[in-house]
Amino acid sequence: MLVRENQKAVVVVDNAKVTYRVYASGKAVQENVDSRVKRQGNLRTVEAVKGVSMVAYEGDVIGVIGTNGSGKTSLMKAISGLTPLDGGKIFASSRPSFLGVGAAMLKELSGEKNIILGGLAMGYSRSEIKEKLDEIIEFSGLREFIDLPMRTYSAGMSERLKFSIAASREHDILIIDEALAVGDSKFRKRSAERMKELAQNAGCVFLVSHSLKTILETCNRAIWLDNGVLKADGEAYEVCKAYADEVGADLDD
Amino acid sequence: MSKLSDLAAANGLERVGKRPKLGNYLRDVFKRRAFAWTLSNYRLLASTARSRLGVAWLIVVPALQITVYGLIFGLVLGSARPDNFLPFLIVGVVLFQFLAGSFSDGARSITSNSALAKSLSFPRVLLPLSAMVSQWLKFSGLMVLALVFLPIFGEMPRWSWLMMFAVIGLASLFALGIAMISARLTVHFNDLSQLIPFITRIAFYASGVFFSVDRLTAGLPWLSFLEWANPVSVYLALARDVMITGHPAESWLWAVGAAWGVVTMVFGFFFFWSAEERYGRAG
Repeated sequence: MLVRENQKAVVVVDNAKVTYRVYASGKAVQENVDSRVKRQGNLRTVEAVKGVSMVAYEGDVIGVIGTNGSGKTSLMKAISGLTPLDGGKIFASSRPSFLGVGAAMLKELSGEKNIILGGLAMGYSRSEIKEKLDEIIEFSGLREFIDLPMRTYSAGMSERLKFSIAASREHDILIIDEALAVGDSKFRKRSAERMKELAQNAGCVFLVSHSLKTILETCNRAIWLDNGVLKADGEAYEVCKAYADEVGADLDD
Repeated sequence: MSKLSDLAAANGLERVGKRPKLGNYLRDVFKRRAFAWTLSNYRLLASTARSRLGVAWLIVVPALQITVYGLIFGLVLGSARPDNFLPFLIVGVVLFQFLAGSFSDGARSITSNSALAKSLSFPRVLLPLSAMVSQWLKFSGLMVLALVFLPIFGEMPRWSWLMMFAVIGLASLFALGIAMISARLTVHFNDLSQLIPFITRIAFYASGVFFSVDRLTAGLPWLSFLEWANPVSVYLALARDVMITGHPAESWLWAVGAAWGVVTMVFGFFFFWSAEERYGRAG
């Protein structure tokens, strides 16, 4: 699986490691010898990704599965270059775009101003973002509330707005983190369609999701992260099946 | 070289997160200048959005400060007051606010925007740059205030006021350098943010905002190096030279101001840029 002939590799992950150093006070509930959290005074180091290697090829739509805290988001952020690596290397044909929830926003400002700011940070010019503004508001379905400050939005509403901004652009290598969990069922359907469009135009897509059904519907391949280690990498159905068997999940869920 | 690195090289892949070449970096910064401008505007709006007076606070607070300093130092200093005290104090406070603000906002620029830095990729130097733009906007508001009050206290408008653009240009080079340096230092040592108010306070007392550095050095000649070694007092001296009567500056101070500005700015940029890859983890 690792090296395929005759296909163009677009992302190469070579023994990537991500470690967080966090200052924390208080006592751990129990000292665990193989815990990924190591303590040294108040400084704890968390080995979020412990040496993952993989290759993504052109046209791959890769589902990323694993339990909470298994290192999925850390690995994806490292692939997009947003989180620096502590070991190993990651190569890509162009800068991967991370399309995740939790993008930055200024809470005191209106939704509209946040769209403009997010768009400019993504590299739109002032006139481009003015053109796209209406389309993004329409997609988010938040037209009624667009001039209210974002601190008044519910969690779901602000996630919708962030997704709408990020999804307004085409990307070569696209990393989608949990985006389908966002919003109500109507918005979820609209964003699933938009993601399929984006995936068709992109060279390669990573999709992080807890919904095995979504992974099976959209991906040709899946990787399973467990405790910061790559536990499986292969055809989507097989990996999802193995994962479902181990954690007792349902493939239709 | 491992097998995977060979594969990456064979496919012409680039290492992700690698710091771009200087030329490309600067081009990218220039391309996204609208982002720095908009971010600073919006941040200023956001900082006062919940108060009734809104952005007016950006002028009201320094006006109150000048009043308080004027009363306190005016009384305390008594006959030791510099000549032409109120205009002297107004110019001092306005320019000092600008420099101190660049320092403290610059220091916060990466950590307070960490959500932005973690989710989007753009040249990180745009963040201290945008902190700088906020300071320019605040400064222009204060300058309007100063231009109204200087004639009231007997300083009539004159042509040399236009030279203030040159002073603020040099001071901006210095301030931007300081903003970039403090931005990176705060990422490495978050504790610095606790020290910033003290550093600013010390600079306030050591730079002659409300007294004349001449008076200090007249009694203690060995301190006279402070005239050129403290960039803050250099810019204050130049600003007073062009704005008010009775406080001329030696003309070589212009060269000193320019040197401080260029050196700090160039050093600050490379200091900031060399850690570009690390900022994604800030905060």
